[in-house]
Amino acid sequence: MALAEQYGKPAGRRAPGRLGRLVRRSDAAKGYALLSPTLLIMAAAMAAPMLLLALYSFWSQEGTAVDTRATLAQYAIAIGRPTYRALFYRSLAISGLVTLVTVVLAYPMAYFVAFRAGRAKFVWLILLTIPFWTSYLLRVFAWKVILGYNGVINSGLMDLGLIREPLSFLLYNPAAVVVTLAHAWAAFAILPIYVSLEKIDRSLLEAAADLGDGAVRRFFRITLPLSMPGVIGAAVLVFVPTTGDYVTPTLVGGSTGVMIANVIEVQFDRIGNWPLGAALAMASMAAVAIVTILFVQAARLATARVR
Amino acid sequence: MSDGFLHIAGVTKRFGDVTAVDNADLGIARGEFFSLLGPSGCGKTTLLRMIAGFEFPDEGEITIDGARITDEPPNRRPTNMVFQSYAIFPHLNVFDNIAYGLRRERPARVELRKRVEDALAMIKLEGFGGRRADQLSGGQRQRVALARALVMRPKVLLLDEPLGALDKRLREAMQIELRQLQKSIGITFVFVTHDQEEALSMSDRIAVMSAGRVLQVAAPRTLYEGPNCREVADFIGTMNFFEGTTTWVEGSNVVADAGAAGKLKIANAPEFARKMGAHVLLAVRPEKMALALTGAGTASSANRLSGTLAAAAYLGERSHYQVRVEGFKEPIAVAAQNEGPEPAAHHTGASVTLTWPADAMIVLPTD
Amino acid sequence: MGARRKRQGGYGLLAYALLYLAFLYVPVMFLPLFSFNDSAFIAFPLTGFTTRWYSEMLADSAMHHALLNSLKVGATVSLVSTFLGLLAARALTRYRVPGGGLVLGVTSLPLLIPEIVLGISLLILLNAAAIPLSLYSVVAGHVLVCVPFAITVLMSRFEGFDKSLEEAARDLGDGPLKAFVRVTLPLALPGIVASLLLTFLTSFDEFLIAFFLAGTDATLPLYIWGQLRFPFKLPSVLALGAMILVASALLVVLAEWVRSLGVRERSPTMVGA
Repeated sequence: MALAEQYGKPAGRRAPGRLGRLVRRSDAAKGYALLSPTLLIMAAAMAAPMLLLALYSFWSQEGTAVDTRATLAQYAIAIGRPTYRALFYRSLAISGLVTLVTVVLAYPMAYFVAFRAGRAKFVWLILLTIPFWTSYLLRVFAWKVILGYNGVINSGLMDLGLIREPLSFLLYNPAAVVVTLAHAWAAFAILPIYVSLEKIDRSLLEAAADLGDGAVRRFFRITLPLSMPGVIGAAVLVFVPTTGDYVTPTLVGGSTGVMIANVIEVQFDRIGNWPLGAALAMASMAAVAIVTILFVQAARLATARVR
Repeated sequence: MSDGFLHIAGVTKRFGDVTAVDNADLGIARGEFFSLLGPSGCGKTTLLRMIAGFEFPDEGEITIDGARITDEPPNRRPTNMVFQSYAIFPHLNVFDNIAYGLRRERPARVELRKRVEDALAMIKLEGFGGRRADQLSGGQRQRVALARALVMRPKVLLLDEPLGALDKRLREAMQIELRQLQKSIGITFVFVTHDQEEALSMSDRIAVMSAGRVLQVAAPRTLYEGPNCREVADFIGTMNFFEGTTTWVEGSNVVADAGAAGKLKIANAPEFARKMGAHVLLAVRPEKMALALTGAGTASSANRLSGTLAAAAYLGERSHYQVRVEGFKEPIAVAAQNEGPEPAAHHTGASVTLTWPADAMIVLPTD
Repeated sequence: MGARRKRQGGYGLLAYALLYLAFLYVPVMFLPLFSFNDSAFIAFPLTGFTTRWYSEMLADSAMHHALLNSLKVGATVSLVSTFLGLLAARALTRYRVPGGGLVLGVTSLPLLIPEIVLGISLLILLNAAAIPLSLYSVVAGHVLVCVPFAITVLMSRFEGFDKSLEEAARDLGDGPLKAFVRVTLPLALPGIVASLLLTFLTSFDEFLIAFFLAGTDATLPLYIWGQLRFPFKLPSVLALGAMILVASALLVVLAEWVRSLGVRERSPTMVGA
């Protein structure tokens, strides 16, 4: 046998010392060393700005200069002024509605891909992924074009003879904002729901069937509860960013569909009252955080009671 | 163990609070087929990985052929490993997989080709060089992993449960092949398995491990006939246990009072049992016991026990019996060849008598 | 009987799925539709086929500048965020890192903070540090948002990895870096390419952070935003938009195809899963 000849590699040259042994062995040390650039950059790039934002929210704008004496005046305005308060409520309400609509509509779609798509699963996923990645601005713009006074719906309906005058209620109001946001974020909602549905062990459903449950009961007793984490995730993923959306209310909201992001932007653009803008931003984040936490807790409680 | 080619001295490895390997001492001879045997979690794989260089001991040293390799990285050790998952590189074909380690030295093309093809011939996969990993069956992948490691000409080949994923028939065939291969190449194999039959059939010597500790190192027959503690006795094969106290000693013959089992006669008792009143653990293998229907004229034998036949499993050339005896929670296991036209297997519920000779009795220390 | 009922239910769901898909795509389809329409108004009825909006758009030098800027920013962002994501994904999947979940949470934070908040707070930071706004500031902002995507794409690639592959390479003689380059990198390459493509796309299409952080150089979304004020410019914006949509869709398909290479055993997951 040609292989049964000299065996063996040269022994190592240097044996490392005790410290080398320690460092080399520590998995955690190696891991953190590798992580450090990314972690440091991300932490710094988010921590510093957020800290400054918080700082600004406690300052005030005097003419062209910023008065850095700590004060709660901006928060008093942000939370106290009725127009702003109404804006908060409206933004939360719009986002809430958008979240509800997108999640409810997305669930059956995600279910279809997870359970019924079979071999075409990959194709379906790509088709659903594409809108996720295409320009958000363009998608909102498309709705502006569709809902406009001389837009697609109006001109189409007029052309078909179904209406004589264009419908003016389509655009520049909260409803337009809701529709546009729901469309723009639809793809986002599918993803987490799909993932959690996909993870469900099919043999659980088989066991349930074996124990007597029909398809509908199986869905409500097994599938739905097990997919709840995905549903909650999807809801949070849609709710949080949409409250702070700027593009949609600007393009399709008009004067009645203004959301919180619009007034924040104004402080940073034309009026130049950064402290107020910062306070508005902090207050809106707090509001969103509170609502989200309450929602997640409530959803978890509700799920836990399913038998 | 001065003739140890692969020396493991006082090796300990901890993961947080858990001690995976506890003060292991082993000397493995050159050219030996050595197995590490034990249940899951006993530390055998950790020990193997420390020899390979993927884990480093917290205490102790490992030497191969006189050279201390304890802290060396895996690529500088004279060892090569066959991984449990085979770890065949999916982006390379069979030829490139086997050639992988050889390429470092940048050998001449002709020589590389020859060595790889010799390896392919050795594992009986000639002509498979162009195949990709996903075109191979499990058994083929296992052999490619073997060839890839052996072509490096290591001093020690390490195998981490390489046959676990194969079906029974293939596994048994591979066991024979591996053993023959090892004998013909003549290098040291360190083989990890949880399957005691596998270890017994393939190894020159076996180290039985449990909870990080090495319990006994011996040749298969010695382990089977002369386990040194209850755990080893229990793990290797099936064993019947009795507890007793010695009541009579003469030379190396001892009689012990084993309660419900009566007075048991032991020949060739070890030192610690050759005194009066010693508390001992007695064990006897199922195949050393003879079973017959009570009253059917049993041969005179040193030890006898009566009971009821609780269950019988007919296995072709022999049968396994379970006998209920008064005072024993677990049934006694008996294995006997099926001779004669009426094996006792037909008579569950019948009264039976078990007999076995004094020298079949194994004496273990009570801990 | 039960089988037939199931089939009907199945068709119902399929119909829903197709409708949903239509709902996702049809509104966006109007952009390319009207970009070929021979009318300055985006309205029915269609008046005729033309490509003049495309020629008008392609001749616009401001658009060229903006496109070039977006390409530069996008390329830089994709390289930087994929690199950072690679380090993090490898660290989290290869090593037993305590607090790994927390680390993942921190790096994913940009996804949960509304873009407007990110935009203004970065603006405040740059202002405080007296750093002028430019394409570099846009790159910085985009990297922040793209790293979580890169990490997600790469982690899903690394997670299915057989750890013993790299160990086998080491066992056969490679040092740690060599083993990574010869074994892990080729196998991770599809994930890396997918990450590059998707982070590029994210940066290319990103509007709000660029809105706050760009200096005098506009990115393409900013250019489009500027054009939206002028109704007569709308059709050529549609033309641009249509082209961007098609290119984006192609890039996504390419990225997903690359990502799925050699992953035959695993079930397909969506990007970001």
